[in-house]
Amino acid sequence: MIEIEGITKRYGETTVVRDVSLTIAPRTVTVIVGTSGSGKTTLLRMINRLVEPTSGTIRLDGEDNRSLPGYELRRRIGYAIQGHGLFPHRTVAQNIATVPTLLGWDRARIDAKVAELLTLFQLDPAAFGPRYPHELSGGQQQRVGVARALAAEPKVLLMDEPFGALDPIIRAKAQDDLLAIQKHFETTIVLVTHDMEEAFHLADRIAVMDKGEVVQYTTPAEMLVKPATGFVESLIGAGERPFRLLAIETVATAVEPGTAEGKAISSAVSQREALSTLLWSGRKALPVVGPDGVLIGKVSLDGLAQRAAGRS
Amino acid sequence: MLRLPNLFRLLALAALVAFLVQPQWFEPLLRPLVQENAPAIYNQGSLLQLTLLHLRTVAIATAGATVVALALAILVTRTSGAEFLPLSRSLVNIGQTFPPVAVLALAVPIFGFGEKPTLIALFLYGLLPIFENALTGLTTLPQSTMEAARGTGMTGRQRLLKIELPLAMPVILAGIRLSVVISLATATIGSTVAARTLGEVIIAGLQSNNLAFVVQGGLIVAVLAVLIHDALQAAERSLGSRMGR
Ligand SMILES: Nc1ncnc2c1ncn2[C@@H]1O[C@H](COP(=O)(O)OP(=O)(O)OP(=O)(O)O)[C@@H](O)[C@H]1O
Ligand SMILES: [Mg+2]
Repeated sequence: MIEIEGITKRYGETTVVRDVSLTIAPRTVTVIVGTSGSGKTTLLRMINRLVEPTSGTIRLDGEDNRSLPGYELRRRIGYAIQGHGLFPHRTVAQNIATVPTLLGWDRARIDAKVAELLTLFQLDPAAFGPRYPHELSGGQQQRVGVARALAAEPKVLLMDEPFGALDPIIRAKAQDDLLAIQKHFETTIVLVTHDMEEAFHLADRIAVMDKGEVVQYTTPAEMLVKPATGFVESLIGAGERPFRLLAIETVATAVEPGTAEGKAISSAVSQREALSTLLWSGRKALPVVGPDGVLIGKVSLDGLAQRAAGRS
Repeated sequence: MLRLPNLFRLLALAALVAFLVQPQWFEPLLRPLVQENAPAIYNQGSLLQLTLLHLRTVAIATAGATVVALALAILVTRTSGAEFLPLSRSLVNIGQTFPPVAVLALAVPIFGFGEKPTLIALFLYGLLPIFENALTGLTTLPQSTMEAARGTGMTGRQRLLKIELPLAMPVILAGIRLSVVISLATATIGSTVAARTLGEVIIAGLQSNNLAFVVQGGLIVAVLAVLIHDALQAAERSLGSRMGR
């Protein structure tokens, strides 16, 4: 649990973050969005005290984050920096091993962890471990940066635009991997992004920042239905709203009684994908099968249209 | 496979060693530079011994200058020492602008004739290139790398030893290289106050109007400077290329 209470950061006369309060539940993904310069990075870095707040407090699991030295705090919190920040004079393996080495893990445990993480991020440990960062592509560097942040199995992971340099396919894969890792290690993730698609895909909750203030902090569904301000509405993108609404829920919640003709669709896919299949195949309804492959009902064009309008 | 420049360096090194060990082999080459019955090869001492003493003087002075300049650069790039930056800059600058001959003249009355005044002059003269380069190296590290070093929970000392110094090392080495080359040449004037360097050979040549002495003294210093310069530069390159520079 991360409790941010009345946090303000000023540089001279300018207030970069103004009186922000957020409570982030354990084992969730919170995404911070907002325009460039709105204070996202600054807010993130006050959690691990790379930036010291002007006023306010931040507690991690009830403990004030100033109760231990900054460097010890930062060894417990993973931080994937905007633009990877790998150490150019150290190999990929040494980079990933940074925090475990600082914590004094033994050699065998470190090596096993490095190999595990590289494999997890689709980088062959034997081929990539001994390379230097400049011998990797931008996307590979970024994945190594995230792997380094995860190496000491931190309970809290801060990520500043971690997937910015990835192409759409690898990015989608990296996002799904991140969610899997988050479930597996039960990590609390706070992630900054510019990409609203990414925000809606990953977030349990989204915080929207505008000129240093958090103007809305809520679930993706709530934000789509009730954007707090015009700024939030424009950020979501008026034209995208119905599709985003369908994208964040699975077919399971849209199943209607009855059945339909044709090839069935899984209840685990997103409603947006179901709509896409309906439109592309020119049908009015599709049969739906559950995880065990048993028919559980149908999903219809009309039903999805209702949901897309936020009237379900 | 030996590349051409390295082949030349190897040949130069071989020629230098041969000349220091068996100078009389080169007698016919230097003969035309002197009059009928004057010696063509330095005969007032061992060239090899003078060369080693010359190198020793330069090594001691450069080591001292490196330690002091590096310590100073580290000190003034910490947040706690930033206020000393202008002061240390001007101190080091004075060391550089003060002519080594004047340092010698001032140091002899205090330390007497011999190696000490030369060491002091070379030390002061060598500070600036090392200090300036170390300063440049330590203040131009990539921002995101330094952020990451803090973000992973390194202490100030760990950041210095594991990140800042290794990353700045090629630039620091370049400063040391400059300092060494300057000192190799400047050390010759130490012989005016009885320091045992290759300057003796040159001075002996000037006093007895023996061009061969002057040429061999000068050539030994020049070849040493080129070889040491290239070796240090190769070390910088191999460090730098690992980091993708
Ligand atoms: N050390 C600093 N000194 C003065 N101003 C700063 C400092 N760090 C950040 N700022 C200012 O604070 C504001 C917010 O910066 P921040 O990096 O938090 O923005 P951001 O939302 O992360 O932007 P981006 O999306 O471009 O990364 C900017 O206007 C920036 O210029
Ligand atoms: Mg930012």
